[in-house]
Amino acid sequence: MSEILRFQDWSDPVPAGDREVVSRLPEEDDGERPPLLFVPGMGHGGWAFTEHWLAHAASRGWPSHAVTPRPGGDLRAQAHDVVQTAAALPRQTVLIGHGTGARVVARALGRYPARAAVLVSPVLDGWAALGAALRGNPAGTIPALFGGPLRFSAKQLFGPGLPAEQAQAHLERIGARPRAELFGRDALPEPVGGPPTLVVGSPDDRVVRRPELDKAAARYGGAPLLFPGMGHYLMLETSWQEPIDAILDWLGKQTPAR
Amino acid sequence: MQDSPDLGDRGDAVCVVGAGASGLTAIKNLREQGFAVDCYERETSVGGAWNWRHDRSPVYAGTYLVSSRPLTEFPDFPMPDTWPDYPHHQQVLEYLERYARHFGLGEHIWYGMEVVSIVPVADGRWDVTIRSTGGGSSRVQRYAAVVIANGHNWAPVQPEIPGDFLGQVIHSSAYKDPARLRGKRVLVIGGGNTGCDLAVEAAQHADQVWHSTRRGYWFAPKYVGSRPADQLANERAPSWLRRRRNRRVAADLTRWGMPAPEHTPFESNPVVNGLLPHYLGHGRIMPVPDVTGWDGTEVTLADGRIIEPQLVITATGYRPRFDFAAPELLDADEHGRPDLHLHTFARRHPTLAVVGLVQPDSGLFPIAHWQSVAVARWLKLRARDPEKATAVQREESERPLESWSRRKVVPTRRYWFEVGHVDYLRAVESLLNRMESVK
Repeated sequence: MSEILRFQDWSDPVPAGDREVVSRLPEEDDGERPPLLFVPGMGHGGWAFTEHWLAHAASRGWPSHAVTPRPGGDLRAQAHDVVQTAAALPRQTVLIGHGTGARVVARALGRYPARAAVLVSPVLDGWAALGAALRGNPAGTIPALFGGPLRFSAKQLFGPGLPAEQAQAHLERIGARPRAELFGRDALPEPVGGPPTLVVGSPDDRVVRRPELDKAAARYGGAPLLFPGMGHYLMLETSWQEPIDAILDWLGKQTPAR
Repeated sequence: MQDSPDLGDRGDAVCVVGAGASGLTAIKNLREQGFAVDCYERETSVGGAWNWRHDRSPVYAGTYLVSSRPLTEFPDFPMPDTWPDYPHHQQVLEYLERYARHFGLGEHIWYGMEVVSIVPVADGRWDVTIRSTGGGSSRVQRYAAVVIANGHNWAPVQPEIPGDFLGQVIHSSAYKDPARLRGKRVLVIGGGNTGCDLAVEAAQHADQVWHSTRRGYWFAPKYVGSRPADQLANERAPSWLRRRRNRRVAADLTRWGMPAPEHTPFESNPVVNGLLPHYLGHGRIMPVPDVTGWDGTEVTLADGRIIEPQLVITATGYRPRFDFAAPELLDADEHGRPDLHLHTFARRHPTLAVVGLVQPDSGLFPIAHWQSVAVARWLKLRARDPEKATAVQREESERPLESWSRRKVVPTRRYWFEVGHVDYLRAVESLLNRMESVK
């Protein structure tokens, strides 16, 4: 498909939609650091980042935002929401997507020259993720194949370190009715402007397995940054600080003050 | 030992002339490919023609886009999706200012500075003479390449009409506000987008309106039903089907006495104005032929009629001007029409390019974006791998002209730079692929 002749965008633009943006800003913004835009995946909203990561990144001096794309939007609409939100920020933005949100970010990278990109536990190949879910939690996954909701188990999403009642509280907020296109396998666009891209995950993630992390990292020209012992939701685990600190350190190196 | 013996030598940096929409996207895309950029802008702010504060800006209070948002925005920086289908010129300026801020372009722009000459020196490098807009001393800097983005809608063309007219005559570029029209008998000369827009403005505000056109044009409405007409026309379809669709919406206005078009609807870009037929049909605009002369308060028309307007607005267009470049650099003919590959690349100077010198049937910004991507990639390829650059150049020299340019049946200035955006972008895309494949 041509990235230049965009008949669909020209003739059938995505209409305006309700997207929710939550922001945590550093107390003093010297304008040196690019804004961060976190993109949640299927089944959770921006709240997954407001729990810990957003405020932490802000405390380290990064203007941080999380967008919840329009409810019920397809992949194209979600990527549109991400690009619209990024373009509305004052400076060239870093896109950080989690789970299927990483797939949305991968799509958005074909439309917006991000300052850098981070794909956290990325579900880029939906079929592999579906296989992993079927193996790990068949009872919760099979109904989703027939249009029902996807039910997760704590064991599937979180590492053993997270206290059971916290895991349960999170689980109650996570509910997904997967849309087919989020599980597509279509080619991802070439990122415009060639942003540095980092893949982060856990070898013990039961949603995105290690080979998928390697594949995703190889697609963007690198090796994944791994946090053993954690689950799929790196930002909700007890040791949430480790990965976000590592991400911010990497970003600091990739986006030197100009 | 000194690192840089000559302070005026900017090494691999590229000089961009002008910080309007085309200049801004040139800076951004050159930066993205790793070039240092110095952009010189004669005004003290960005936006070029779209900045109504600039003395060369042609916009007036009622200027709106004639192409809808998705066909107008930069392909990698969308306009807010909450904006109207056809934004107002102040929104367009706001958009350009945000683009400049978002990508940090301001720090590469030297405001209040004018480029007064560019001269090729050895190895494809350029000596660029710069002077502050108000005059004063000049300095010379040496650059690896020059990208010209000085716009082509700022040097008004005045029609030559014999005789002396005692009423008011202004060029459309000097028209700013409908207060000027109120209570007057107004003659608008010119059948382009501006002429038709102004005839409609006059119909809404003036006492009486004549609209003089020499040639006939096709007209497209802004909406078909509730959809912007250009979005309808750009559905993916084979070119014969897109032509047929255009044919169906395009109208000639001969029924009201406007001249018949001398070409078929898809041979040139239509005038986009849905209100002109409306006001013709309500008798508010009286179409008249060419003006052949004027004397005192009287204006003589080609059919011998005499009218007495109080205000004449000449919407007779602009001509491109490159005062700082010798005509042979751009292969310009005696009328000042440059001959450039893809309307972009100088044919004899591989490090000289022009961005934004096209008139597409879409917005200009996406075209300027892809042009500057191609220019930046070309300059990089040439610096990194001259052999492959030569191979690409050889292939490009065989690209048939008619694949990207509309050879006009009517050879007037109006059509010099006209392109169909689909065919044109297809050509730019294939150039980009050629540069990619030789990586």
